[in-house]
Parts: sequence; structure tokens; C-alpha cells
Amino acid sequence: MSQTIIEPVNDSADLSKEPLLQIRDLEVGFQTQHGLVPAVRGVSLTLYAGQTLAIVGESGSGKTTTAQAIIKLLAGTGKITGGQILFEGRDLAGLSDKQMQDVRGRLIGYVPQDPMSNLNPVWNIGFQVEEAIKANNVAQGKAAHQRTIQVLQEAGLSDAEDRLKQFPHQFSGGMRQRVLIGIGLSARPKLLIADEPTSALDVTVQRQILDHLGTLTRDYGTSVLFITHDLGLAAERAEQLVVMYKGKVVESGPSLEILANPQHPYTQRLVAAAPSLASRRIQSAKSDAADDVEIFSGGSLDTTLVARAAEREQAAETADLIKVQNISKMYRIRTKGLKYTELLAVNDVSFAIKKGTTTALVGESGSGKSTVAKLLLQLESITSGQIEFDGQDVAGLKGAALLKFRRRVQPVFQDPYGSLDPQYNVGNTIAEPLLAHKIGTSAERQARVRELLDQVSLPWATRYRYPSELSGGQRQRIAVARALALKPDVLVLDEAVSALDVLVQGQILNLLTELQTELGLTYLFITHDLAVVRLVADNVCVMQKGRIVETASTDEVFDSPRESYTQELLAAIPGGNFQFGR
Amino acid sequence: MVFYIFRRFVNYFFLSMIATCLAYIVSSLALDPAAKYYGRNPQPSQQTIENILNGLGVNPDVPVLQRLWDWLVNIVVHGSLGTGVNGVSIGDQIISRAGVSLRLLLIGSLIGAIVGVTLGVWGAVRQYKLSDQVVTYGSYLIFATPTFVIGVLLMIGATALNGAAGMQLITFTGEYSAGLTGSWGELALDRGIHLLLPTIALVLIGAAGYSRYQRSVMLDVLSADFIRTARAKGRSRNSALVRHGVRVALIPMSTFFAYSFGTLVSGSIMLEIVFSFHGMGEFALNAISQNDINAVAGTTLFVAILILFSSTLSEVLYAALDPRVRN
Repeated sequence: MSQTIIEPVNDSADLSKEPLLQIRDLEVGFQTQHGLVPAVRGVSLTLYAGQTLAIVGESGSGKTTTAQAIIKLLAGTGKITGGQILFEGRDLAGLSDKQMQDVRGRLIGYVPQDPMSNLNPVWNIGFQVEEAIKANNVAQGKAAHQRTIQVLQEAGLSDAEDRLKQFPHQFSGGMRQRVLIGIGLSARPKLLIADEPTSALDVTVQRQILDHLGTLTRDYGTSVLFITHDLGLAAERAEQLVVMYKGKVVESGPSLEILANPQHPYTQRLVAAAPSLASRRIQSAKSDAADDVEIFSGGSLDTTLVARAAEREQAAETADLIKVQNISKMYRIRTKGLKYTELLAVNDVSFAIKKGTTTALVGESGSGKSTVAKLLLQLESITSGQIEFDGQDVAGLKGAALLKFRRRVQPVFQDPYGSLDPQYNVGNTIAEPLLAHKIGTSAERQARVRELLDQVSLPWATRYRYPSELSGGQRQRIAVARALALKPDVLVLDEAVSALDVLVQGQILNLLTELQTELGLTYLFITHDLAVVRLVADNVCVMQKGRIVETASTDEVFDSPRESYTQELLAAIPGGNFQFGR
Repeated sequence: MVFYIFRRFVNYFFLSMIATCLAYIVSSLALDPAAKYYGRNPQPSQQTIENILNGLGVNPDVPVLQRLWDWLVNIVVHGSLGTGVNGVSIGDQIISRAGVSLRLLLIGSLIGAIVGVTLGVWGAVRQYKLSDQVVTYGSYLIFATPTFVIGVLLMIGATALNGAAGMQLITFTGEYSAGLTGSWGELALDRGIHLLLPTIALVLIGAAGYSRYQRSVMLDVLSADFIRTARAKGRSRNSALVRHGVRVALIPMSTFFAYSFGTLVSGSIMLEIVFSFHGMGEFALNAISQNDINAVAGTTLFVAILILFSSTLSEVLYAALDPRVRN
């Protein structure tokens, strides 16, 4: 990983020169019905040639808006209302559309966030790369075609020539991101803006792609403006950090300095809550001095979690609540005409969960972990094998028996935006499972809603609000409350914190741990994020391509992973190499 | 891809068959083919009426499913749609009239679609600007106006124009000027002028619908991430919108095209009557008023086949526009 950090020799030579990009007091606002809402409030930053600078912040902090303002492609009604964006001494804010067109692509490349939505689904890959080359007059005609192949090969698609005529849906997420990086660098721009270029990808893929991006930009001498919500990632990939909070820069300077010694309270909280970093600290808190714990107790979960972990270790040897034996799930996929191929999404998976403990199911996307959750929840039927819950075989339950099972095993899903009905207010959402199972009178249900809102630390007044009026963290609390409404024994948490910002993620994990102790819940925790696993799980099952490749206690997996795949996953956690907080 | 289109075609084929059979049953139950003979003076004998009805295959005493079966067998074995109450074969009547209607329908719906899509894209790109407002209110106005009123208004306008010009610039009654002789070119021009007003009416109706749908689909696409990415590559706004926006926005429109074709067919029936075209519209109306079951069933079959082809065409368009459905 050290290869991706640009040697200080490079930038010390450049420091004497004019900065490549200098933003001064940038103000960006969005026009709404209630007037201009400021999104970026007086941001200043400086980037020298050949440097990498990362803007870090949670969603809504204005980091993406800042990036889009530089190339003047603000979404919707956004506009620059003040300040300067000096690129090689020229103020981009004052340029006309025509002049900006010449800057985009040729001088400033852009790598967008979501590889799924940023490639046009109806044009082939070759066309979409070639148009970037032609638009910037890098090459025309046959030369442009040759250049397209070259650009894609450099971006890491070795078989580019054969794949030019393929469409985005025939590429994996990682491949698409490589295409987008290729497009961003196709005209050899002086500055590359990479807006969360890998946040939609698995950690192992993320690492490969960022390594590759680092190599390319170093070879070309391209400066990189890197936008991310992940502090560990930023520290690893950029030598300069700018921390943004609510549209303002709260801290900036060399990455290592900021992470070692965060000055602003927000940065301190961010450092403390980042699970990728915390995953190391739990360990140290156990063995090392207790002052660690005190420093971070403000916003962190460590103290309580460590205590809980110890408690759970001593927990009695109870019987397995869930016992999954040799389950498999086969999907039939239609290929050409009437032919089918068979896809073994889950292949001979066995595990057991003891009452009151948390088992994490970890793996990359496509590893089959979410399918296991669906099978356990009886949302899909298993092809073979056996699922036992509380001593009873539950596969193929129907009618009233299935309803009874559902009462005891409840899910919480990843996307708190998609899993709540926008037409239902919070009170009705939480009461819905009670109504579906015909439990209690109207007044009793109201009382239960009150109790549940209290349990997830939301005020009683929240019950009349609608999902669109709540933040992501609040919505996920509602989803947890709804899952708890029926007083279940088991919660299946399918990537339940993956869509949340680090600080909110920490709060929800804390809440889940508290509820577990309070209500004696059993969790099946499905995630791609190993760092989160360390915080909450007692046991870990690592899945790869439909199989469980390693099953062990959390400590074993983190301290001495047996399988090379697990080691790979662990090594790919961003920021794992850094020593923070001291 | 070929298999995909074929599968959709087979699907639509059966749907058309079912629709036609249902239309035959409904018209057989609703229409009373004997009624016109009872009104005659002198009234034909009961036996004569029975014979005529049996000859046409529309005797209400025969069970309707039996009649449907006979009708279908007759189509498959003899390729005949039966005989109308005027004693002329339905097939021959449809063939002589279909050309008139198809000319109007195909030209009208094609130009209507192109104009509508263009206006929709234009309106989306210039959302809430004056040109967008004009197109929006204009299309609502056309929506709210019955087809025959549009036809009559166009005729009044053409008459005024002719009066102002002091000569017969636009002729609009019938498909051609009766008794006109001349070269092939002169005859074609004459037909073209006669076709002008009904085609304009059909284009207006089509464009009003297409432009509304195209505008809303295009607005969705305008905020898509890949449009911003295309601009970040260095493309100008307009070229990004045309290259990346329009094709994506046309995908749902190709489905809408198939559905709206049916509406256009019924719109064109009204127009044929207003403009005295002797096409399928007039034929359908006469068939119903004369209780001619075979003619009604034949007309339904004709329209079903049109919709079968337009639906299949829309599937071809869909597959051509969207690579994701091709395999």
C-alpha cells in the first residue's frame, strides 16, 4: 500500500511553484422555494501540481458540491454565489459555458461516484470512451479508435479491444469504474477530480482500483482532488486533507498530522468513530492503558462494547437457536431462447447461532450472503438442506406456522430510504407489524409504538413524521423499531449500517448492542465491512462464491485468519496500516 | 434478438386472435342482421330471410360459438372473410378501402410521432421557458378538442385561405377530384392535396400526446448522472443531451407508440367521415349501422393486424434502442 503514497520529494519540488488549483472563499447555494440555501460556505483550499488532496466529510457536508463547482456542473438549481476558483491562475467561476467546455475533460478530468449510473446504458463502452477523446480533440478518426483501446488498457482492461462493442450492463462494477477512470484520464488532464470513485465497490476491488489510479496519476504527474467520506481511505491515498462539515472547512493540513492530532471537535469525533480505525483500537483498549478509552469516550462505542464483549464471552453455553445445515440455493437464469443455466448462489452452507449472540456473515457482493438471509427469513425457499429454528425445522413452513415464525425472526434491510413506505408516517410504520399479526387494541398498539420509539431513542413526537422528513440515521432507527415491534428473538440485519455515515453508523451499532443486552436478542449480521464486524460480532462466517470459507470467533478471524481470502479482505480495509490517535 | 422479436410477435399474434374472436362474439350478440329485412316493403317471407341469414352465416338461431367456428374455418380454408349484406365479399371491400386508410394513418402517425418527440425534447430542454409553455398549452387544447371539431376547424380555415387567395388552393372533400384526368404526377399531386388536411389533423392529435410523454421522460433523463458525466468529458450541453439523452428517453416511447396507434385508428375513423374519405372508417361505421356482422368482424381483424404489426415494430424499436433487452 505504501506505493500509492506519493513520495514527499515530488511535492517539495512543486511547492515553490504557483498552485495548480486555488479555491478562495467559495460560496455555492441552491435556489429553493424558500430562497437560496447555502451548501458551500466560504471554502478555501490549495492544491499544487502533482499532489493529491482529499476532501473528507459526511454526506451533506458540501464536499461533492465543491467538486462539482470546480467544473461548473452543479446539480439542479445550484450556482456559485461568491469566491474564486483559480486554476493555473485563471478564475473558472468567471468563465463562459464555451470556455468551460474546453476546460472540462482536457484540463480537468472527472471520475464520478456511482459506476452503475454514470455510464449510459444504451451506448457501448467504446463509444463512450471515444467521445471523450474526440470531444477534447486528443485524436480523431482511426487514431481515436486506437487511443480508446490504449486508454482502456491503461485503466486496467487488458482485453479492451474485444470488449469495445460491449455495453455497460455486461461489465462488473469494478470494470465500469475502470472505464470511468479511463475516461477521466483520457485527455491526460492536469487535475483529476475523483468523487468517491470506489464507495460503491467491495473493499478488495476498491484497493486494486485505487492502487491502479495512484500509479497512473503518478506516472502522468496528474494532481488528484479526492472526495471521500472514509477517513482511513483519505489518509492512505492523499498527502493533504481538508475536512468539511456543514459546508465549511473545519480543518486542513497534511493527512498524517490531522489524523494523529485532530484539532477540531468534529474531526476528533470522525477519527474516533471511524470503524476502520476503531477495529484496531478495541484490541489496544483491552491490553493497553485505559487512557485510550477516556480520550474517545465522547463519541465512541469502545468502552461499552469492550465490556459487553467480555460479558458475552462468559455467557452460558446455551443451545443453538438457529442451526443451518448444508443449505443450497439454485437459481435458474435464462440465457438464450428457452435455455437456462443454473447458478448456485448458496452452496452447502452450514452455521449455528447461539441465543443472545451475534454472528456476522461477511463477503463481497455476489458471495451469496444476502441470499442466505433471504433463505433464513423464509422469503425464498431452499433447494436443499435444513434450517432449524429453536429446535424446529422451518423450511417450507406455511400459513399460520410461517406467520408465527415471522413473529420471532425479523429483518432490517440496508437502504433506510427504500425500506420505509413514504406514504406511511412513523407511527403507522412501526405499528404495521402489530396490525398484520392482529396484536392488541389500537390503544395498546399506540403504547407499544411509544415504548419502541423510546427504545430507539427517538422522541414520541416523531410518530407523525414521514420518512422524507427524517435523516438516514433516524430512518434506520425506525426500521429497527419496526423490526422489534413483535418482540422477536432474532434480527437479521442485512447490511443494516452500510448506507450510513460513520458517525451515524456508530450510533446505530451502539443502539443495536444495547438492545441486544436489554432484550437478549440474537443477531445475524450481514455485511461486506469487516471493520464493523469487529465491533459487534461474536462469531464470523466468511463467504466467498456461495460457500463459507472460514468460520471462527471474531478474535480468531482478526488475529490469525486462516484462509488467504480472509487475509485479503482484512488487508483491504482502508487505513489499516496507520496508527491513529497518538 | 431475432428470437426475442419472434417471441413477442407470437405473443401479440395470440392477443390479436383473442381480440378478434371476442369482437366477433360481441357483434354477433349485439347486432340484429334480420332487422333490415323486417322493415322492407313488401316484407320478404320468413323463409327468404332465413335463407339470406344462413347464406351470410349470421343466423341468430345457430349458436354463436358455432358461427365463430365456421367463420374461422372459412378464413383458414378459403381465405375468405365472408360476404357482406350488400352481397360483396368482405375481403374485396377491405382491400379496395384499406389503401385509403393506410395512406392517411401511416403518414399521419409517423409525422405525428416525429413532431411530438421533437416538441417533447424541446420542451424538456427549455422547461418553463415560453416555447415550452406554448407547446404545453397547445397540446392540452388539442387534447380537449374532439377529433371531428379539429377536422371541421381545419376545413373552415382552408376555405378562408382559398377565399383569400382567390383560387382553390386546398381541396379537401374526398380522396381525389372526381373526373380529373392527366399525367401520373398530376393525379398524385391531387391526392396529396386532398390528404393534406386530414393528415394535419392526425399529426396534431398524435403530436399532442407524444410531446407530453416525451417531455416527461426526457425530464427524467436530463437529471441522469451519465448526462453530467458526458459534459464532464468535454461535450457541450446540447450534444450531451442529443447523444445521451434522446436515445434513452425514446425507449419508453417505443412502447407508448404501440398503444397510441390504436387511439389513432379510432381518430382516423372520425376524420375519414368528416373529409368524405371512402376508407375503413366509413366502412366500419356503415357495417355497424347496417347490422353487418361479417363486416364488423372483418374490420376488427384488420385493425387487430395493424396493431399486431405496430406492436411488433415497437418491440423492434425497443430492442434497437436498448441493448439490455437484446439477449
